[in-house]
Amino acid sequence: MSPAFHELHWARDIEVSEYLMPSSLEEALAMLAQRQGKARVIAGGTDVVPELRRRDYQAETLVDISRLPDMDGIAQEGGDIVMGPLVTHAQAADSDLIQKKAGALAAGCLAVGSPQIRNVATLGGNLVSGQPAADASVPLLALEAQVTIASGEGERQVPLREFFVSVGETVLDPGREILTQIRFPALGEGQGSSYQRLSKRKALTLPMLVCAVVVSADAAEGVINNAAVALGPVAPVPFRESQTEAFLAGAKASREILVQAAETATAQCTPRDSLLRGSCDYRQEMVKVLVRRGLASALRQAGCTLD
Amino acid sequence: MSTMQISFKLNGEDVAVEIAANTLLVDLLREELGLTGTKTGCREGECGACTVLVDGEPFNSCLLPAMKADGRQVTTIEGLGDDEGAVESIQQAFMDMGAAQCGFCTPGMILTAKSLLDKNPAPEEAEIRQALTGVLCRCTGYRKIVQAVQAVAQHNGGEVTS
Repeated sequence: MSPAFHELHWARDIEVSEYLMPSSLEEALAMLAQRQGKARVIAGGTDVVPELRRRDYQAETLVDISRLPDMDGIAQEGGDIVMGPLVTHAQAADSDLIQKKAGALAAGCLAVGSPQIRNVATLGGNLVSGQPAADASVPLLALEAQVTIASGEGERQVPLREFFVSVGETVLDPGREILTQIRFPALGEGQGSSYQRLSKRKALTLPMLVCAVVVSADAAEGVINNAAVALGPVAPVPFRESQTEAFLAGAKASREILVQAAETATAQCTPRDSLLRGSCDYRQEMVKVLVRRGLASALRQAGCTLD
Repeated sequence: MSTMQISFKLNGEDVAVEIAANTLLVDLLREELGLTGTKTGCREGECGACTVLVDGEPFNSCLLPAMKADGRQVTTIEGLGDDEGAVESIQQAFMDMGAAQCGFCTPGMILTAKSLLDKNPAPEEAEIRQALTGVLCRCTGYRKIVQAVQAVAQHNGGEVTS
């Protein structure tokens, strides 16, 4: 059978022989450890179910973590926002705290799929799926998020910048480990964020491009203290555009500067020509547009006037 | 293959069923429980024909392992109206407006609209369109579907804005 045929004709059913619903994190980790890589974690299931139908990987057992206690909260702890991995996209998009103190993340979460998908798809899942177009992952990367990963052996903290490895692959082993927390600094006075998305339709569509921007500025002086620019899907993983960030650090906020900054934003972009997402050339040009718009919007939120 | 017992409330009635580990909710509803009002379209979460309400919110039942229904309240299109033929106002509005052609998307449309109207009895057009983004209709162009929801919204005291 040709690969194209296979792509269009997935198996009708998923193939698993055991479905477990642990009621504590310890129990879930023990279940994974016992099955030595033959089990896989499922949360919302909006990626895992299609992946299993496509036979992207085998799993004899699904360990459903969706009912683990205390994993679906959104709270502020000191200067940080702390989220459980089971927070859904709908929940994050609706959260006052996320809208006010991490606006780009609320906007990214609202752009995912449909209400049906957002009601069940989790932020932890969005990260662990490791897709370069992930609408929640790109803003979390710009927000300097770090995640906690637990396994039978203990816990580790990983900055999101070091989390993504390749398409569909992260430093987390989904047969052994569970992402247990997402943490990032809350935005405040003199800061702003923006989420820009290019897609073929307004809803229910994967993005052709995603850009998340977070800025800190001295509005009185009109100076950009620092800017974070995260991009996807223009490389195998979502990433931070360090050249643009370096260019903007300490720069005077003006329209002209933003145009110049946007010109630097394609240094690490290597998008493929794609029937789904447009040509490489087109997307390289549009990256600049989204970066410029994102910076302008975030700087206005931070109190800067651009002329 | 291990099987498991789950119990949940389906259209207001308690059900307990034995399911296989790989059973998806849409197949449990249609093939085990005979409720074929819920449609199977794409089986990958794109079309919304399989939409059911779980605890009042719309979900794609093709992406939900049936185990996730355990202990929840599930509403399918069969749960609206009663056995004597009475229908809910949103169903009546779909009939009055001619908001169905082939009918394949209609259960998902009606359940999604019901979920919106239960939370927000008089939504504006933009809210209606946003709420219905997860169900695809390839016949009607959506206009009459939106008008049907607007008719209920208007009846509930909302203003029709378009």
